[in-house]
Amino acid sequence: MTALTLQRVTVRYGAYPAIEDVSGVFGQGALIAVVGPNGAGKSTLLKSIAGVAEIADGSISFSGADRRVLAYLPQKADIGSNFPISVRDVVAAGLWRRYGAFRCITAHANAEISDALGTVGLLGFEARTIGSLSAGQLQRVLFARLMLQDAGVILLDEPFNGIDAKTTADLFGLIRRWHKERRTILCALHDLEQVREHFPSTLLLARRIVAWGDTDMALSPANLLRARSLLESWDPPAPRSKAWA
Amino acid sequence: MTLYDVALAPFVEYGFMRRALVACLGLSLSSGIIGTLLVLRRMSLMGDALAHAILPGAALGFLIGGFWLPALTLGGLAAGLVVALLAGAVTRTTRVREDASLGATYPIALAFGVLVISLNGSTIDLMHLLFGSILAVDDMALFLVAGIATVTLLVMATVYRPLVLECFDPGFLAALGGGGAMYHQLFLGLTVLNLIAGFQALGTLMTVGLMILPAVAATFWAREIGSLALIATSIAATSGLVGLLISFHIDVPSGPAIILAAGAVFVLSVLLGPHADLSRRLRPQTTRLDPT
Repeated sequence: MTALTLQRVTVRYGAYPAIEDVSGVFGQGALIAVVGPNGAGKSTLLKSIAGVAEIADGSISFSGADRRVLAYLPQKADIGSNFPISVRDVVAAGLWRRYGAFRCITAHANAEISDALGTVGLLGFEARTIGSLSAGQLQRVLFARLMLQDAGVILLDEPFNGIDAKTTADLFGLIRRWHKERRTILCALHDLEQVREHFPSTLLLARRIVAWGDTDMALSPANLLRARSLLESWDPPAPRSKAWA
Repeated sequence: MTLYDVALAPFVEYGFMRRALVACLGLSLSSGIIGTLLVLRRMSLMGDALAHAILPGAALGFLIGGFWLPALTLGGLAAGLVVALLAGAVTRTTRVREDASLGATYPIALAFGVLVISLNGSTIDLMHLLFGSILAVDDMALFLVAGIATVTLLVMATVYRPLVLECFDPGFLAALGGGGAMYHQLFLGLTVLNLIAGFQALGTLMTVGLMILPAVAATFWAREIGSLALIATSIAATSGLVGLLISFHIDVPSGPAIILAAGAVFVLSVLLGPHADLSRRLRPQTTRLDPT
């Protein structure tokens, strides 16, 4: 069953195309890594699906439902990590669909929040403020929020950037669990080792789709080289991240 | 001189001091949460700009009705809301950031306001509008302050959740289907209302001080929005009380005295607050490996 269809999606920032002519069908329950050099448009692709970036051309359709079935975790930089808000309140936002802006959070919801925190290994952290958490703990909190969103399509943008190994391993466990629950997961990553280890299929992006399919095939040396040269033909060479050197 | 003479007698014996105190307390009630959110949203300067933007409207009101409160209020309110909406629109439709567009608007507003008042009023009128006259607040002004505090607290209680979420993680709210812009405009509207409330008492140039100074000072004492707002309100109320007493006893203008009292709390907070980086830096460093 199809979860999500992209048809010739183009997103521009000013006159500058961030992604161009991206088409494809994501089946329900797919677990896909979105990979590409810096500036390839990984974040933009996720943002356009999440409805945060405006699409200049093409269309995105969700089967059977609209964006409401979707949960999106932006890159860490977008979040005020020193914001004076409690862990409980952040996770509670995951219940937005049910409680919205005005309804009262019930005892039942509080129990769900505590459960979700327990699942990500932060039992009893409810009253802590975000500022007192480590980067790894904050990411666990955001995964707990994702969990409560109970979405059919989950978009993760570089969720393990600057996150310790233990947390990364634990959160990959959670991603596997979502995969078993037949949720569709798109995850932008730059660490190719992680991709090869955890993702059956990969979308290799360099503004356009370079390769899409079985991870080993998509990440073949020839494809990686092509992705890099495609981007460099547009820009002067930028400093590359390690994984691409 | 007993404590009674210093702290209570002025309010017991003089009606204008009582009214000034009530005005300060009313302003403090709502400016605590508004100021806290302004600071958290990195909009302190925007508060300043909006305060200036009130002046030309109030000046036009002054041309029509003199110091008649409804004219001043409606004029100021209209001007403040227009500038808030315009700044939002400029930001959304052009690449100018909101603080920059407000920064561009408010000198114009200030200059225009001063010009209009000078056309038809004295320097003293100008001073009143710029720096307020809290010792002259009448019952109508008190009702206005109390009414605005009430409306602000009720509206804030209603939209608190989306407002905080939009502030903490705007991307999350946008992905949920948004409404962020609407809450933002509502918040700007409330900010203008509160500046209007403070305008009569403290003047356009200083009313924002009672909003921002306590809120910034509070960040050195607490780490959670609710407590931040409560502390900010307490600091604002205390500053009002202390400022009024100082102004009474040593015969200085009360608006500046109140703002300076808040300023003193701010400096003390920077020096002594448990979350002040400064106090940590001044303590002997034992954990740092590289004491450069």
